[in-house]
Parts: sequence; structure tokens; C-alpha cells
Amino acid sequence: MEKTSLVNITLSNSPSPAPAPVTGPEYWRSLDQLADTPEFRNWVQREFPEDAAAVLDGNSRRTMLKIMAASFGLAGLAACSRPEYRLAPQARGREDYVPGAPYNYTSVFSLGGHAAGLVVQTYEGRPSKIEGNPDHPTSMGAATALAQASLLSVYDPDRSKAVLDGGKESTWEKFEAAVKGLSLGDGSGLRFLSGTVISPTLESLRADALKKWPKAKWVEYESIARDNERAGAMLAFGQAVNVHPQFDKAKVILSLDYDFLGADFPTPLATKLFSKNRHVDSEADLEKLSRLYVVESQFSLTGANAEHRLRMQGGEVQKFAADLVAALSAPPAGGDKRGKFLAALAKDLKAAGKEALVVAGPRQPAIVHALAHQINQTLGSGAVTYTKASSADRVDSGVDALKALTGEMTGGQVSTLIILGGNPAYTAPADLQFGAALAKVANSIHLGAEDDETAAAAKWHLPEAHYLEAWGDAQSTDGVVAIQQPMIEPIFGGKSAIEVMAVLLDSKDRKGLDLVKNFWTLQWPAATRENTWRKTLNDGVIAGTQAAEVKPTVDSKKIQAAPAPASSSASGGIEVGFVPSATTWDGRFANNAWMQEAPDPITKLVWTNVALISPAMGRDKGWKDGDMVALTRGNLKLEAAVMVQPGHADNAVTIALGYGRPKSGSVGTNVGYNAGLIRTSDSFWFGQGFAIAATGANEVLANTQEHGSMEEPQLVSSIKPNTRPLVRETTVEEYKKNAKVIEEMNEVPELDSVYPQLKWEGLQWGMAIDLGACTGCNACVVACQAENNVPVVGKDQVLRGREMHWIRMDRYYVGPVEDPRAVEQPIPCMQCENAPCENVCPVQATTHSPEGLNDMAYNRCVGTRYCANNCPFKVRHFNFLDWHKNFLERRRIEPELMSMVYNPDVTVRMRGIMEKCTYCVQRIQEVRIATKTDGRREFTGEGVLTACQQTCPADAISFGNINDPNSKVAKLKKQERNYAMLAELDVRPRTTYLGRLRNPNPELEAS
Amino acid sequence: MSAVVQQDPQLMVVNPPLVQGSKDLHDLTEQISSVVEAKVYETPLKYWITLMCTGSVVLLLGAMLTYLVSTGIGVWGNNRPVGWAWDITNFVFWIGIGHAGTLISAILFLFRQKWRTSINRSAEAMTLFAVMCAGIFPLFHTGRPWRAFYWLFPIPNTDLNIWQNFRSPLIWDVFAVSTYFTVSLLFWFTGLVPDLATLRDRTTSKVRQVVFGILSLGWRGSARHWRHYEQAYLILAGISTPLVLSVHSVVSFDFATSVIPGWHTTIFPPYFVAGAIFSGFACVMTLLLIARWTLNLQNLITIKHLDNMNKIILVTGSVVGYAYCTEFFIAWYSGSIYERFTFLNRAFGPYWWAAWSMYTCNVFIPQLYWFRKMRTNLWVMFVISITTNIGMWFERFVIIATSLTRDFLPSSWGYFSPTWVDICTFIGTIGLFLTLFLLFARFLPMIAISEVKGVASQEKHVFAGQEEGSATLR
Repeated sequence: MEKTSLVNITLSNSPSPAPAPVTGPEYWRSLDQLADTPEFRNWVQREFPEDAAAVLDGNSRRTMLKIMAASFGLAGLAACSRPEYRLAPQARGREDYVPGAPYNYTSVFSLGGHAAGLVVQTYEGRPSKIEGNPDHPTSMGAATALAQASLLSVYDPDRSKAVLDGGKESTWEKFEAAVKGLSLGDGSGLRFLSGTVISPTLESLRADALKKWPKAKWVEYESIARDNERAGAMLAFGQAVNVHPQFDKAKVILSLDYDFLGADFPTPLATKLFSKNRHVDSEADLEKLSRLYVVESQFSLTGANAEHRLRMQGGEVQKFAADLVAALSAPPAGGDKRGKFLAALAKDLKAAGKEALVVAGPRQPAIVHALAHQINQTLGSGAVTYTKASSADRVDSGVDALKALTGEMTGGQVSTLIILGGNPAYTAPADLQFGAALAKVANSIHLGAEDDETAAAAKWHLPEAHYLEAWGDAQSTDGVVAIQQPMIEPIFGGKSAIEVMAVLLDSKDRKGLDLVKNFWTLQWPAATRENTWRKTLNDGVIAGTQAAEVKPTVDSKKIQAAPAPASSSASGGIEVGFVPSATTWDGRFANNAWMQEAPDPITKLVWTNVALISPAMGRDKGWKDGDMVALTRGNLKLEAAVMVQPGHADNAVTIALGYGRPKSGSVGTNVGYNAGLIRTSDSFWFGQGFAIAATGANEVLANTQEHGSMEEPQLVSSIKPNTRPLVRETTVEEYKKNAKVIEEMNEVPELDSVYPQLKWEGLQWGMAIDLGACTGCNACVVACQAENNVPVVGKDQVLRGREMHWIRMDRYYVGPVEDPRAVEQPIPCMQCENAPCENVCPVQATTHSPEGLNDMAYNRCVGTRYCANNCPFKVRHFNFLDWHKNFLERRRIEPELMSMVYNPDVTVRMRGIMEKCTYCVQRIQEVRIATKTDGRREFTGEGVLTACQQTCPADAISFGNINDPNSKVAKLKKQERNYAMLAELDVRPRTTYLGRLRNPNPELEAS
Repeated sequence: MSAVVQQDPQLMVVNPPLVQGSKDLHDLTEQISSVVEAKVYETPLKYWITLMCTGSVVLLLGAMLTYLVSTGIGVWGNNRPVGWAWDITNFVFWIGIGHAGTLISAILFLFRQKWRTSINRSAEAMTLFAVMCAGIFPLFHTGRPWRAFYWLFPIPNTDLNIWQNFRSPLIWDVFAVSTYFTVSLLFWFTGLVPDLATLRDRTTSKVRQVVFGILSLGWRGSARHWRHYEQAYLILAGISTPLVLSVHSVVSFDFATSVIPGWHTTIFPPYFVAGAIFSGFACVMTLLLIARWTLNLQNLITIKHLDNMNKIILVTGSVVGYAYCTEFFIAWYSGSIYERFTFLNRAFGPYWWAAWSMYTCNVFIPQLYWFRKMRTNLWVMFVISITTNIGMWFERFVIIATSLTRDFLPSSWGYFSPTWVDICTFIGTIGLFLTLFLLFARFLPMIAISEVKGVASQEKHVFAGQEEGSATLR
């Protein structure tokens, strides 16, 4: 998606749109309501003077219907118009505004203290697709699954719609009046609670507030944040620095419980950098292939991608890190598995020296981070950089700060608590009893996106505008600031945190745009202010905000003085670890159906989280997937379904946060299990001493992949099962010896057809997927869902195997169940040249295009499902029911609202017909048309990016014209590790895979 | 009369007469027509009660199909990867049952197998009703039957504007099944004409006179009529004969031409035809045994008929068993790992119970028919006729659904379990089949009067001749 230079489109010159019904942006419930508004009547009179009488008299039914149809279409435009309030002038004349054409704007997505720049595609003022901003340093054009899915939340009808005063509907005016009535004095009873603040505008408003109320305090708390990372840097360096691991500069990487390829890193940056050393396009690339070691309790996506992985409880990682420090100076003697791993790792890290990198995960305590910094410094690692981090007085962050605040609240020291975003009543540790404490605060004000658990306990609840509805800004850890541009007016009339702060401060500027623009432009020279602002909005980043690198030194004495590693089995029982959910994060995406249905990258579960246990524990206790267990410690108890996770640490349970929300919307309420019930402030990320016992009940778990191995199940004891050569991988050593090793993994006989084969001339589309680079992050799955209007089907239908994702992520375990590796394989349509689906369709609903696409003519399809049966890759998805309607009906949504998220370039499929990946044919056409109208170039296939390819943070997907020898895809397909799945069927897939190359340590490979 | 039919007891055992009892030709007409001509109250009450029961099952079928069309295929258990399950299983099952009708009518006619005369009429009717039941599924299993019902036929239409895909075996199916139905209907109707005329001549009811008058096409029984009738019947038999082989061969192409292991098998055409005849004969057997008991047709449907049919069941069952063995051999011999796994999975995977039900019912149980005692025991043959059809239903289910559950990519493996709608729809088609058959048995002559008479009079002479020591060739 190319960004347009149209920074802002002024719609004021366009035909005046139909007035939004009732007051402002509220949605009408029926056509009658719409027709009855005085505005509508006025508008009809203006727009249809001759017919107005007929309409308003209500005499002519026919005319009425005609006009209603017209107004309905236009009213849709008005309801979702771009914000009317704007300062940037038109970048171009109005004649360039093409109705129906997409316009792209930059914005920024913030999550867990990280920021990722975006480019958002809009149609007629409604955002319909999110992609990464290529100019933003943490995005580099890619976007995570969560960032992309946040689009759906814009249209979430369960979002908070009204100001609530003690649970009763109120208005913003009444709220502002109430705020004026508050006597805050010096602010001694005033406390602010927010998530991690990375918005410079909000920071400045915060500073204003703390100045205005000198005794007020500000607490930052997020369930999943960078607190340990910051504390670790503070411990190691004695100053606040942000740490930037440069995965692309490292050859040997050790991750200490850091799922940086998965849920622990909320921007695409880590995957972008890591995958740079995973592409093998030349001989030279073989040498730079990195080697990843992972030490962890859960089986994370990073663990799945590791060359070597050592499983241990979360609490043992600290000891491991300390032992590694020791091993680097005095090589240990092998011993058991851990000993051997440690010895080999120490040797390898030392040998890598400058190209070694040790990273610690956000769940590990500060000391582990400090030890990682110490090792990096000892090794002289050049693969990590540091920048100065900001810090402010009277601003505390983290769980301890929240604990102190809750103490104050319970003690009655807090008279006014302002919660700016977030849902602490759900995310706060169970022992803090935040909800009860909140009830004791006389004036509690909660700004939140949902009428959620916190809203229920607060006096005032204010609807928060979605980030695509409000102006703002966000600073990534390296200092770069991006402006958060709104795409649409707040659909449900919400306000952003900065706007609420402006109300509280009674500042002159009240609108988000004024606040953000004035904050920034006033820092700039007056002459170029406007131009700089416009350029900033166009680029998505503010030039020159990149923080300067610093070179702090590790204070190893201070690290040694830190408390000794806690003995892991001190308090007996089992360890429970909490991890961010890859799908709902900390619960804020619980009501997002795209994420609920996006399979977990490892477990492939949808619509739930589970208590993950090791195969040994499953065997010992005799538990199967879905058996309910009670996890108890003290008076805390959580009942959850278990699932045996190959590769999980023994005597430990991992459970993802973000599920089991008691009060979310129609999608997320009570889905999964609320890990927060047993999460305490002293066992914030993991803790010992939990008891686990079966309750006797069991739950049906829905997953999208039941069989997780390429090896066939052993059905007859005397017959050895085969392993199917689907995902092919080999080691660098093997590959160097014989480059054809990938190809030779499958014997393909001489294939001949009795039919004359087509000559594939001219433009021919093809795709190559590099399995070595793909990490399995799910970004492509969500990108495809947004791009192609792929429906959500719900848990019960996934159980029936009817999920619709056009590109799916297959995950196969390799090796022993206790200690496996996992390989991920994205499966879009293979677009076979000899497509077995085509010849069986009785009505020619699926045929081949001259450009080698296996096209679907939806209108022609009668739904025999023969094509799906005959597809060896099972990439065809059938609309067994009217998924879109089902989904809306279940949630009692007005179809008009939900349909705003659709991509208008892609047909929404009805029930009874087949659908599948099209290689984003609409994107091909878009570029083709643009090239043709341009008239200066021939369309060679250049510039076409499929949605999955565009967003892939690992750049694992290449697409293009395979007949163009200069295209990347053609070059990749010439590689020797290129192979076609099931080539022996002679279906001749256009989607081929590049075999995975691993770089294991020879010392550990044998064990 | 009884004195005339005395014959060598030895010969009687091997070749008993096909029409037994002391019936002259008038008695035969009376016996068969009385069922049709009975007044409503003369027909036993249990008939009407049975008809009401089966009729309500037809209503159930209607309700299920309405629910299906209004809601979507999702009301069935079909899923990804199992795109076809009970729908196509039932289709092939019913088509298979239909096969015996044509075989008995046409092929046995051409081979001058006189014993077919007592059973051919009901077997043909059964064929028609079974094909009707079968026809429901290919139409209603589509996602959009309101389009499929005419887009699948090569008739000009303005909304599609292209030809059908003649490479698709589903289109071949459409032609094969519709041809089969048409020819079977003509064949059945042609055979009915003389009997309809008989009914017309016997009735005193004005309505019946008109209806049977029209249906009997002006039949007067003149030699000219008989001559034309015999010719037409022979030609239709000739046309029907290849259909016995072609229909199920074409149906099997649905699977054989695909790439899915377990489907992609060249043995399918003969294997399916044998299986179809096997199940068809079993179904005819079930119906005839019931008719024989309830309508007292022991003299017309004799042990001799049943014994012959059981022999055919034994032969076709063994052919099917041979095909099963061949499949396993080829799965091993092909060297294809996917093929190998599919057959291991069939016998020992999650659906082992379906596969072993099929082996047991289709291969092992019919082996009892090697013994004459078993072939002539009514209870044994009744039970086996039922188990055979259970086995053949499972055969289709095993081939169609279980092959799909686990194909090439283990990631997309799944499992199929039916919903209540699947089950009720299938029960509904059984209800439709029984209802149609009950109506047929009550309102049309169930046994071809004219043909039975031919056999009866011939036998009279033959057995009379035997008394004088002349050899019999039959």
C-alpha cells in the first residue's frame, strides 16, 4: 500500500452528505428512526426538492423506497466521515479525490510500552486495512497480528457508548460540570492511574497536571509491560536506558525466557531483525545464518524456532543465567543435559564474541536482565545498543507502584482516582483486590474502551475513543515519535486520554488535534511549522526524534550484590507461569473476533486459553487435553482446562493472560480462563507452591490442527509409520555437502500426462515461501482475514472443522515429545497448474486464468464441495452457513456497522459457496490498472504485493511474475532448496517452499 | 391337475417349478389383481397403519430438506476436510440398491432366466424408488440447490451462460443417473401395459376404467400387440443392460478420477458394480420376503427364486471381498506412502469399526450361502439381506468419508460425526422409499401377471411331459 501524499482530504466541497441521524455519530437502529429525524427531513428537502413532498407525506410508497435506497447509501458516508475538524490544508485539489478509491494515512499503534507505525487504508473515510509503515523504524512495513486486528475493534458494537455516572447514562457536559465541582486542592488526594505512557503529548499534560497539583501522584501499570526490562537496565547500568537487541548483527543468540518472536515483543521489529540472518539466498548467506538458543518454561514461538532449547521452570532461569556467567570464565565440565547445554552454549557465545547476544524476557526479574547485560558486555557484544530512557518525578510504574496505590485507596488516602485507559480491575493481581479498593474511592473516573470490570466499579465511566478515532502520538523505545492520526470520527462518541486530561486541566485546547499539533509545532521554527507538520503526517514519523545512542557500562558489583537466586523448589508444589496471550494480549483484545479465532501459534487453539502442562505431568496424572483442573494457592483458585504441551517444562503450568473476562462484550465475555484469579503481586509472572488437582469435569477445546506431526500415527505395532516430506529442513552442514538434499527428500517419478501441457507464457504468478525465515507469527493470517473479508465462524464451528482462514499456519512437532522442535508452514492456495479442483467442478466455477491463477467464480459456484475434496492441500473453505449473518445475529449487530470493515474490492461470499486464497487478485488488478492508466510502463507484475507478503515481518513470502527472471520470486524458485509439496501428484503447485536450514551446534546436535 | 404335476422327486429338488400350487391362469390373475382391486376396508388395517408411519417419515424428510435449504449445509456434519459424508454415501447407497432392478429385468431377461418373472416387477419398482431417493442427495447436498437444479443440466440459461464442465464426473453422474432413471421407468411401464389392460378389463369402477384405460395405451392383447410388445421389451432390455454396468461405473468415477488416496483407484468401476448388484439383490430379498409373508405369495415367489438370488449375493459378495483384498495389495504394492497409510487407517484408524462392519457384513457373513441349508432358510436370508445392506452402506461411508478424514497433509486431518439432521434425512429417504413401495404394492400389480402366466403354462406342459420321461431343459 503506497501512502498517498493527500495528508487530509477536505470533504467540505463534496456534496453535502446526509446528516448523521440523531445526535452526531450514534447509529440508527432502523430505517424508520433514520427517516424520522428532523435532519433527515431537512436533507431530503434540500437534496430531492421535487420528491420531498412525496417522501414527507408518506403517500408514495414507491418513491419512498427509491429515495430511502439512495439516502441509505449516502447516509452511510456521512456516518463514517473523516473528522470534520482539521487544520491541515488540502494537499491537492478536490478533483483528485476519487470516491471508491482507497486513501492511505499514517498512524501508530501502541501496546505494552511499544509503538509501531502504521499505514491505514480507508475507503470513504472508513478504515478497512492496517499495514505497517515502511518508514517507521519498529514496523519497517510490517504489522503484527494484534495491530492489524485492532481494526476490527473500531467497529466493535460492544464498545462503551455513553458516559456513565454510577452506572447510569450521563453526558460529557455533566461530567465536565462534575469535574469543575471537584475540589482537588494541592492534589494530595488525587491519583492518576494509566498504562505505560509513551505519548509525548500525554507526558506533557502529565507534567502540567503534576505541576498544578503538586501532591498528586501518577501510577503507570500495565499487566504486560517493560517494567522488568527497565529495572534490569537500572540495576546493571545505574541509569535508565532502553535496550535494543540487534538480532541481525548476532550470530549466536541466547534467549532467557524471551519470546521475542512471539507475544513478548509487540512490534514486528524483533522478527524483522532476527529473520535477516535466516534468509539464505547465496553461498555467503550460509555463513551468516544465526544460531538461536532458548531457555524457557513454556514452549514459545521463539523456542520453536530455536536450534537448541532447554526447558526449565521460569524460576530456574535466574540460576541458569548466573551459571552461564560463571561458565564464561571457567568452562564447566559437561554432566547432565543442562550441564552439556551450558558448556556448549558458553563455548559458542565466547567464540561468537562480538556477534553474541543474550536477551532476557520481560517476565524474568531485573537480575536476569542485568546478568544478560553483564554477559553481553563481557563478550563485547556488538549486537546490542542502548538509548537513554526518559523518567519523571512522582511517576511510578509497575506492580509495586500499583500495590502502593491500592494501599492508599484502601486506606482512604485517595479521594479522586483518574484511570486513563486500561482495565485494572481485571488486570491487577488478585491479591490487591483492586476492584474493592476502587469502590472506596469517592471520585473515581475511568476512561475505558469497554464498559468493563473497572467501569462497573468506578463512579464515572467515560468511553474512550479507539486509537484510529483520535489524535495522539507515540514514541517507540528508540525515541522515534509517530503521530497517531484518526481515520474516522469516534463512532460511539468517545474521547482520548489527552482530551480527558485537557478537560481535567481545563486547558485552552480541548480537541485532540489542537493538543497534539500545538505540542509539536510550537517546538518547531514558525516558518516551516505547517510544512513540517504535513510532512510528518505523510511520513508517519517526526524527523529527528531518534534518541542518541549511549554506551553505559555494567556495574557488575551491584549485580553481585543483588539477592542470590531463589532456590526454585523452596516452597514445593508446582510452578505456574503467566504469559501474554498471542491473541488477546492482556485481555484488551478479548472482544476482537479476529483474534479470538486466530489460532495460537503453538497450541493452535482458538477461542480459549488453557493451562499448559508437560507431557510427563499429563502422563503421571493421566490427564487428557480438555480435562479441568483446579490450580490453588492459599485462598486463590482457578479452574482451567489443561492441554499437554510437548516441550513444556516439568512440574510447571503455563497459562496465558487475557481470557476469562467476566465483563467484556458479546465475543469475549467468559471465554477461556481468567489467569488473573491466581496471579499475585509476588508471583506476577511465575510463582511456586501451587497445587494442581483434577476437578473431574472436562471441556471441549477447539483447535485448528488436531494432528501435529508429519509422522503418521502408529496404527499397527509391527508397521513402521512413515514421515511425510511436507516441511523439509536440513542443517547447514548437510546442505553444504549436498545442496540437493531438500529436493531428494521426496522421490518424484517421471511424470507424464496424456494431455498436452499448457505453455505458461507472459505474466505468470507464483509464490515462494521461505520456511527458514518464517517464524509462524500469524501476521499473514490476520492480514488475509482483513484483506479478503474472511469471516469468523465461532468456536462451535471450528470444532466442526469449518474455520475459514485462507492462509493457515501449519505447525508440526519434530523430535521427542518431551523435547521437540516445531516447524511452521504457511499454507495459502498452491494455485496448481494442473489443479485437481478445476476439472471436477461441474459448473466451471473454478478455472484457470491465463496468468496461472486458479480463479474462483463465486457467482457460478453451486457448492458441490467436490473441489475441496479433491484438493490435496485442503485449502478450500466452504460457507457451510451464512457466516457473516450468523456472526451479526449472534451479536445482535446492525449489519451496517459490521459491513464497514469490509474491503470493497473483495466480494463477501454468501452461504453455500466455496472460497479460497486468490493470490489477492484484487491487488494484482489494482496495480495493473494503475500501471495501465499511467500509460508509460508495461505491466510486468512488479509492485504487486499480496496481503500476506506485505505484512510478513520475516519477509518469508515472495510473490510475483515467475517468468520475469529478474523477479525475486523467480530467483528464489531457482534455488536448490526450493521444492513443491506433493510434487509426485503432478499438480504442479505455483506456491513452492524453500527448505528450512538450521544451524545447530554440532556439540549439542548428537544429544 | 395335481396328478399332472407329478414329477421325478429328484428333479423336483434341483429344479422345482417356479409357480407352485394348483393355480390355473385365472387363479393367478385373481390372486394378483385382488390386492389392487380390494376396497379400502378390505385391505388389512395394518397396511394403512404402516403407510401412515412411513408417510410421516416422508414428512420428516420434507422438514429436514426445508431446514437444510433455508439454513445451509452446516446443519449437516460435513466439514473440512470431509466435504462429502452421509449425503454422497446415501446417494451411492440408494443408486446401488437400484441396480438389482435393472439386472433382474434386463440381463436375466436376455439370458432367458424364467425365474425372474415373479420378482422383476417389484425389483424394477424398487429401482425407480431407490433412484428417486438417490436423486435427492446430489441436488440437496449442494450449497445452492436453487441454482444447482438447473445449472447442472446442459440447458440454455441466461445467468450462467457457459457450458457445464464436461470433464467433471459430477456431470457424468447427472447424465448417467437421469438416463438410468428414464430407461428404467420406460422398461417398467412397458412391462406394466398388459397388466394394466387386465386391470382395466376387470374393473367396474369408472375412475379406474379411465385411468387404467389411458395407462394401458389401448392394449387389446392382439397378436400384433404382443409382437410389438415383445420387440419393445427386448429392445429396452438391450438398452438397459449396458446401463447396469455404466451407471455405477460412472458413479465410481466420482472417486476414481480424483487424487485422494482411497478414492484414486482403477478397480472402482467393476468393484462398485458388483457391490451395487450385491446390495440391490439384498434389498429385493428383504422386500420380497416381506411381501411373500404379508401377501401370501409363496406359490409365486418360491424357495427356488430365493435360492437363486442368494447365489448371486454370494457371488457378488465374494467379488466385493476380492476387491477389498486387491485394494490392500495395491496399497502396499504401489509404494505410495499416502496410499499405504489410507488403507492402514481404514482398517485400524479411528474408523476401524466402520471398516470392520463392512468386511463382516459384506464378505464374511455371505459365505454362509455356500451351504444350501442357509440359502433356503427364510430367516437366515432375511437377516443376511439386512446385514448386506448395512455392510454396503458402510462400504460407501468408509470409502467416501474416512478417506477424506485423513489425506495428504496431517495438519488438515479431521473427523466426521453426523448431526441429527444427517440421520433424520437418511431415515427420511428410507421412509420415502417404503412409502412409494407400499403405494406400489397396493395400487399396481406387484407381480407381472402376463409373464407369470407364461411361465406357469409352460411349466404345466414341461412337467406333464416329464411324466412321459422326456428330458427337460431349463
